[in-house]
Amino acid sequence: MTFFVYDGTFEGLLCAVFESYSRKIVPDYVIFEKEQLSLFSDDVVSIVSNAEQATRVWKGLQKKLSASACSMLAVTSMASDYPDLGSLLFRYVRKTFDTQKSIETNFGDSDVLVVSKLYKKVSRESNRVIQFVRFQKTVDNIFFAPIDPIHNVLPLVVKHFTNRFADQKWVIYDMRRHYGYYFDLKTTQEIIFENLQADLESGKLSENVLAHDEKLFQQLWKTYFKSMTIKERINPKLHRQNLPKRFWKYLTEKQ
Amino acid sequence: MNESALKKLKTLAESAKYDVSCASSGTTRNNKNKTLGSAAGWGICHSFTEDGRCVSLFKIMLTNNCMYDCAYCVNRRSNDIPRATFEAEELVSLTIEFYRRNYIEGLFLSSGVIKNPDYTMERMLAVVKSLRTEHRFNGYIHMKSIPGASRELVRQAGLYADRLSVNIEIPSEQNLKLIAPEKDYQSVYKPMSYIHQGLLENQEERQKFRHAPRFVPAGQSTQMIIGATPETDRQILGLSSLLYRQPSMKRVYYSGYVPVNKSDSRLPILEIPPLVRENRLYQADWLMRFYHFKANEITDEKFPNLDLSVDPKLGWALRHPEYFPVDINKADYEMILRVPGIGVKSAQMIIASRRYSKLGHWELKKIGVVMKRAQYFITCNELTHYTIQEARPEYVRKMLTDKSKKNQKDPNQLLLNFSE
Repeated sequence: MTFFVYDGTFEGLLCAVFESYSRKIVPDYVIFEKEQLSLFSDDVVSIVSNAEQATRVWKGLQKKLSASACSMLAVTSMASDYPDLGSLLFRYVRKTFDTQKSIETNFGDSDVLVVSKLYKKVSRESNRVIQFVRFQKTVDNIFFAPIDPIHNVLPLVVKHFTNRFADQKWVIYDMRRHYGYYFDLKTTQEIIFENLQADLESGKLSENVLAHDEKLFQQLWKTYFKSMTIKERINPKLHRQNLPKRFWKYLTEKQ
Repeated sequence: MNESALKKLKTLAESAKYDVSCASSGTTRNNKNKTLGSAAGWGICHSFTEDGRCVSLFKIMLTNNCMYDCAYCVNRRSNDIPRATFEAEELVSLTIEFYRRNYIEGLFLSSGVIKNPDYTMERMLAVVKSLRTEHRFNGYIHMKSIPGASRELVRQAGLYADRLSVNIEIPSEQNLKLIAPEKDYQSVYKPMSYIHQGLLENQEERQKFRHAPRFVPAGQSTQMIIGATPETDRQILGLSSLLYRQPSMKRVYYSGYVPVNKSDSRLPILEIPPLVRENRLYQADWLMRFYHFKANEITDEKFPNLDLSVDPKLGWALRHPEYFPVDINKADYEMILRVPGIGVKSAQMIIASRRYSKLGHWELKKIGVVMKRAQYFITCNELTHYTIQEARPEYVRKMLTDKSKKNQKDPNQLLLNFSE
């Protein structure tokens, strides 16, 4: 069996496609670096990311696919939770190049369907991050929010928050992947906290770094949230469906 | 902001929660010059209460003092409940602070009527105006238009708010007069038509002047209470479809009657709110808005009420077996939409993918069609199944509604005890 090993980025994947055409081989699997190779890996090709090759493949894709399908592919490549993501996207891209007609609406093809479903999952996750981010205000007027999404969606939502909270400094930090974004009123940049304080693991900032009125507003919000419930209509199943439990740990109103 | 604000917030939130509308959709507004906020056209829910309803907007009343005495309302004059009134500044700062922490998408401002409708509107306007002009707030604002408010005030409100709404509350005028003697349909329809006319004028103006300020860009909505008065579903849906004829009317909400006031002889005594009926009405509403159904197809003289055991689309299909089975690979979009178990998304996917190859059961299932329901109403690229024509509607209904029986053990069934 032939394996392509790439670095897990979208660029790396596009390079894998390039390599496949230039060497005239179709690999059985395209896998991340960290994934373990199976016992039957006879032929392993490691792909080196190369911006030039990636751009060439991307331009080719843009010719064959509509703009919305291209952005769908880029979003789907953030689906870090899907086990065989590399091979799936690889097959999708190869199919696009190998057929005359655009394949993007052929939902009878299982790869096309799976990619479109996966895209929905990733965009739903990014929507949920947009919904459920909860900022805590610190003494130095920075709004801090921890998140823990199952897919790597933080880069997809940064634009939304930059646009929305344009007059406040904020940090959104992915606790699972240990990186975040910081907006300093001008630009948004990626940051990594070297040593997370132990109490930050729970997502709650310690009292001495919180702004003096932060506790009050959290209290106000909790009170408001509680009094909005209509007792006669309580429906815990629907509640959990709309507000999945895995988000509760960072939600102010569920503390 | 202190303890008293906390108390007020609790009282006024309790009073506002029975309004079901909470949508924050319909307006896309980008952030301008590094100010606060933006509005996303698709609407964002930021939380969900334990009854499963979404919290998108900060739904609050300016005051729960009210001069009216409507039997269905928790804030009526004759109720002995805690009363409170927010100052404009308090409400503004609460909204801004909640918004900054990403708790909410904007403000939904409602109010009890004090002194007269215009006076109340003016006080609400002060809040909205301060948010938009002093604080340059770009988030979403939904404002209630008080029944009986003047044209000028509605016009001003429309310049600041994204959506205005006037509640019909009771689906027929004679019952409204019985339950809320101080209200009539005139006072509801007038502000509605002000909003509608304002929107039309604004559209014309914006064609001439591209930067003319927008007037209620997200249109208007309204709400009806279901089950407090004896109207049939046919009457309710008829009224909704009339309302939807105005292009400015984006949503009609149905609110299952919650008996908030004990002991009023004009209202029925209910054990639990009519939740199933409310759900069926929303389904019927969706059929009218997205599935090209007409109100008189969903209910008619023979069946003036919706069938509570099946959804209205399945109900229609069972009453009209002559339209089925539908050939998935040939039928037009309108007809595919009418098949129970196929939604708008699946119908569009079917139309798109059948250009490449014929679709069979397996592909339909993968696309997301609920084959359990759809199987009786379609033929596809395979041997014909047991469709509604062979099975008869009665059998199909039985198969699709008896889900509780299947899992239940028949008490008459004898069991052999295999345990040692």
